[in-house]
Amino acid sequence: MLGWELPPYNSGGLGVACYQLCKALSKKNIDIDFILPYKHDEPVDFMNIVAAHPQDVTAVKMSGIAYDSYKYIYADGTEENVSLYEQEHHYEKAVAKLVEHGQYDVIHAHDWLTFRAAMRARQVTNAPIIAHVHSIERDRAGGNAGNPMVREIEYMGLMIADRIIAVSEHTKKCIVEDYGIPAEKIDVVHNSIDIDAIVPLEGDNAYHYLTSMKQQGYRVVVSIGRLTMQKNLPNLLYAAKQVIARAPKTLFVIVGSGEQYFELIELAAKLGISKNVIFTGFQRGKNWRDSYAIGDVFVMPSISEPFGLTPLEAISYGTPSIISKQSGVSEVINNCLKVDFWDVNELANQITAVVRSDALRDELHANSFREFEKLTWDTSADKLHGIYHQEAVGVAA
Amino acid sequence: MMNFGTPTQTAAATSKKAIVLYLHVHQPYRVRHYTIFDAGKDHDYFFSMPYEDRTSNKRIVQKVAEKSYLPTNRHLIELLKTHAEFKVSLSITGTVLEQLEKWAPEALESFKELVGTGRVEIVGETYHHSLAFFYSRSEFEMQVKMHRDKVRELFGQTPQVFRNTELAYNNDVAYWADQAGYKGILAEGWDAVLDWRSPNYVYRPTYTENIRLLLKNYKLSDDIAFRFGNREWSEWPLTADKFTHWLNATHHGTNFNLFMDYETFGEHQWDDSGIFEFLRHLPQEWLKTEGNTFMTVSEAIDSFEAKDQIDMPHTVTWADTERDLSAWLGNPMQQEAIHALYELQDKVLATNDWQLIEDWRRLQASDHFYYMCTKWFSDGDIHAYFSPYANPYDAFIAFMNAYHDLKFRLSEKGAEV
Repeated sequence: MLGWELPPYNSGGLGVACYQLCKALSKKNIDIDFILPYKHDEPVDFMNIVAAHPQDVTAVKMSGIAYDSYKYIYADGTEENVSLYEQEHHYEKAVAKLVEHGQYDVIHAHDWLTFRAAMRARQVTNAPIIAHVHSIERDRAGGNAGNPMVREIEYMGLMIADRIIAVSEHTKKCIVEDYGIPAEKIDVVHNSIDIDAIVPLEGDNAYHYLTSMKQQGYRVVVSIGRLTMQKNLPNLLYAAKQVIARAPKTLFVIVGSGEQYFELIELAAKLGISKNVIFTGFQRGKNWRDSYAIGDVFVMPSISEPFGLTPLEAISYGTPSIISKQSGVSEVINNCLKVDFWDVNELANQITAVVRSDALRDELHANSFREFEKLTWDTSADKLHGIYHQEAVGVAA
Repeated sequence: MMNFGTPTQTAAATSKKAIVLYLHVHQPYRVRHYTIFDAGKDHDYFFSMPYEDRTSNKRIVQKVAEKSYLPTNRHLIELLKTHAEFKVSLSITGTVLEQLEKWAPEALESFKELVGTGRVEIVGETYHHSLAFFYSRSEFEMQVKMHRDKVRELFGQTPQVFRNTELAYNNDVAYWADQAGYKGILAEGWDAVLDWRSPNYVYRPTYTENIRLLLKNYKLSDDIAFRFGNREWSEWPLTADKFTHWLNATHHGTNFNLFMDYETFGEHQWDDSGIFEFLRHLPQEWLKTEGNTFMTVSEAIDSFEAKDQIDMPHTVTWADTERDLSAWLGNPMQQEAIHALYELQDKVLATNDWQLIEDWRRLQASDHFYYMCTKWFSDGDIHAYFSPYANPYDAFIAFMNAYHDLKFRLSEKGAEV
């Protein structure tokens, strides 16, 4: 399996999804060599993790964000900054060498950064390529075309792959639209959530002010995520203005950091709703968990979200969700409110309805929680296992 | 098929055995995608949706008229002409009558023609297909009166037998109908209540004197209404011959009460299922046997003595496996919505604004609350969720926005809300 990141180093859902999928696959007696562009220090017992980088490199330093540049440290003590493309190139060469000695039934490659390596690996091993798409360039570019070089690699990888897996119907549709790949070549395997890995809430909620305001009849709308174009937060603020005009005792809490931070604060001021909109910045740990819990409703209005884990986390912490229809997660949860990302009025309509009716809020949450409890990565692994079996001879069904 | 009653029980040689076919005709005024931006501005909840919209009342009533009302009435007229003994009972709500007047007048004419034969009985109910009995007795009585007036006006008949919305029945409903002078009332023949008794007899509700109770034989009724077109069903295909054979083989009971939605014919069961053929052949097959006949609900009550008395302290309806009101009032959204609506009663009526009162009454239709039911939807079995809305929450939101607008209109008129 070719991947770019694993927890704790990850920029988003990719690393977590790879980790959980492999864990669930290993229970089906599938042996996995997971090849990363760096040496992984965390102990993992359900698969074999291999580092792929130039031979004389002794360490790879990361800034913590996968799509940034890396630093190679060589045996002789010298250092070299490598760009993402250089790193991808080194990874490709190293993978080709690594697979020479192995016996593989399938090459399972996660996202565009591993696609070229997958093609080289196929030349060496003759094993089929399964390209797993967690996001495409259009998603990352907030609905725009994005980086042409990335698109080219993505396109080539998807064309050459023997089989494609998309994390949602939404992503499948985007692949068909953007790259003209026939839909029959693409299977959808939804991401899931590891319910046992969710850290429970403890103690009083960290938001004392909001707790007290709720006792005075206020209702809280929460959004958590990177403050970036893809997440569509300006539309949430436009909707907030409409909501506050009708339900003045409504507070919006925006959790996260990103390049739109200042812009969003300014927009709230311009709309005259600063008193009702609270920006908390980036949060982790208890504060992060309590952000979900303090909400009466969680909103994910993303322009495009290949899957989108945050609504599931919100549900786990007791808060129902309003989800963009342009998201994968809206395909696995029925008991939520769904809205087109561009439809500010409908978003305002839905938020107003929830903050005005505790019955609606509670019913949404009770029923979505029942759906949430049934989610498991095993379902995803079962589907993958079936696909492996179709593509490669030698994998037991 | 399960047998009811004691095997030694035989009908007197002189007495007849009757099929009592009763069909329920109804369409609600569905609320359009009515948002918080409409509230306080546009007071039209039921009419201004695009024709193609899932909630479009005009489109739905025209479609159902074409697929069900018109062809079924043609068949029924034919049967009434061919078989002097064929009879049928109908309940038909005020809200569907209005919609037929507006959008499918030819279908309304065909109902009038049917009733004009003198062998079709109209059953009384609430005009707005509401659950008002359980929330406001005065409002309930007003809606029953409105329905009676409408039926007199259109069909020249005064209902003698009563059915409450969704066949929601308990001892109180029976007591009310008895006091109101009805000779009969209809209910579900639910096993939990009947115990060893058969639904194929006339009964007397407890605590009443004059009124009689007819119970739906839900097994036979559902064979037609639900299972008819189901190819997985062991009895598929159901023919009139086979069905009649079942009835003739049942040696106890005087009246087989086949109660179902009128839309069974042509809408729930499509034409290509053979449902119209079944309807066409049923009287012919049934009447082949000496002593077999058809009766309207009143005739059955007049013809047969009460077999026993029936005690139903808890409300029983004709819906889903629970046979209670949980499909309409089972979750907190449904309860919040219906309580909010009835809380407005005094203020709404005090306005004397007919349009406002009528909008309030249209919102009372049980259908609105049914659309908010989450018990099938939440299990992910969304195919079991029959509704013009994408989900129960959208139904609740549209309804509550209409409610907020009602409040706005009341405050415009100086009422404290």
